[in-house]
Amino acid sequence: MIGDWWAYMTNPDNWSGKSGLKANVLDHIAYSFVAVAIAVIIAVPLGLWIGHTGKGSTLVVGTVNASRALPTFGLMVLLYIWIAPHFTGKTNLPYIVPVEFVLLLLAIPPLLSNTYAGVQSVDPAMRDAAYGMGMTGPQVLTKAEIPNAFPLMMSGLRAASLQVIATATIGAYIGLGGLGQPIYDGTQQGPFQDNPQSQIATGELLSGAFLVAALALAVDLILATIQRYSTSRGITGRYRKSNLPGPMEAELEFSEPDGSEPALTPQHAPSGAAAL
Amino acid sequence: MWAYYQQYSSQIWSLFWSHTKLSVIPVVIGLIVALPLGWLAARLRWSYPPIVSMAGLLYTIPSLVLFVVMPGILGTQILDVVNVIVALSIYAVALLVRVVADGLRSVPFETKQAATAMGYKPVGRFFAVELPLAVPVIAAGVRVAVVSNVSLVAVATLIGTQQLGTLISDGLAASQGGGSWQSPLFIGIILAVVLALILDFSVQLLTRWLTPWRRAVGRS
Repeated sequence: MIGDWWAYMTNPDNWSGKSGLKANVLDHIAYSFVAVAIAVIIAVPLGLWIGHTGKGSTLVVGTVNASRALPTFGLMVLLYIWIAPHFTGKTNLPYIVPVEFVLLLLAIPPLLSNTYAGVQSVDPAMRDAAYGMGMTGPQVLTKAEIPNAFPLMMSGLRAASLQVIATATIGAYIGLGGLGQPIYDGTQQGPFQDNPQSQIATGELLSGAFLVAALALAVDLILATIQRYSTSRGITGRYRKSNLPGPMEAELEFSEPDGSEPALTPQHAPSGAAAL
Repeated sequence: MWAYYQQYSSQIWSLFWSHTKLSVIPVVIGLIVALPLGWLAARLRWSYPPIVSMAGLLYTIPSLVLFVVMPGILGTQILDVVNVIVALSIYAVALLVRVVADGLRSVPFETKQAATAMGYKPVGRFFAVELPLAVPVIAAGVRVAVVSNVSLVAVATLIGTQQLGTLISDGLAASQGGGSWQSPLFIGIILAVVLALILDFSVQLLTRWLTPWRRAVGRS
């Protein structure tokens, strides 16, 4: 099995061409990036506004809870069937639009909820202090609230990116490229059997699988590094050996992200249970 | 849609049932595995970071990848449902280990001291005091795991597992064949959402039943 994978990966023929692995990786990155970028443009300002003003917080909780039940796969197929007849000629749009739309729907909730939760969880005393120093509303937001919310916002971005990269693979089912394509192709050709044809299929499938997993890990690592070095030092306390435990320490532990949206789960579940 | 439902109702319900099993069984297995691991991470301070970051790493692997790699690791057939169950169990463990550890760590030290003073032995204290008090936090994680599983199980259609996603792929096939696709597709989507809501609600009910003291406080 490992041999089949290695044989497929190291054969340069499999990397070149319109549906080679190289094109698959680049397509996958492009689809994922577009979805996450649009989600950031929509969700971050909205989350900041809701967190800052406190208006519409029920909307956030509702969206996040509902989004977990989102039937991604069904929705993608439905959109594809709906819009495909309206495109003619040689265009990728009937495949791209449904997939991007579904990815967008997946990426918005973690970004929105973490941005909101980050701004919400800023110590009220600190917010008061910022106003007391004479800062205006926008200044409080940019100089006090965003730096404090930043670790949680970044963990939202990481969760969203992981989900999008993982889910972009299902686009192969309706015929879109990306790394789902080798996985789906390999699956269709009967992998994991003892004949040459099947060994190629196994290799193709495992190469796709390996590259998606590697891409997901690499992106998470890059974002974690960005998060580490761009978080305000007043929050991480990285400039001193913390022998004066500041009030931020509790939050530091809380914001240690692993991509599983830790922020909202413990906070909202009790309120949901109480509402029952 | 109603005519389609009546014609195929037995198949539809068997798909619904298998979707339910595929969503719930992995979470149960995951919880059984995550409890001792979470306990370890909560008990031994040094073991928390490695266990939790291992779990986080597992969670970054896309579900489809786990589905398709399983036959190679387990020696099963590519169409075997065992692949989906094992893959989703790994996911559930990855999600729940952290939740269990955090839940157990949230039990106040004074409470544990009081339990010990009342004569609880360590094992008895764990099952009678610490675990019940951690239930609300653990249940929140279980809700997330179960509900997101309903969506992930549908992705297993790509490797040919029979569940509600099958109706969705039937719809796609029908539309490409020029037939009527609406009925299977919409029934598949609607039942998947309904299933997610039912499971979410069931976990909440179970939590409520397991934590009667919270209800008592809430009413006063």
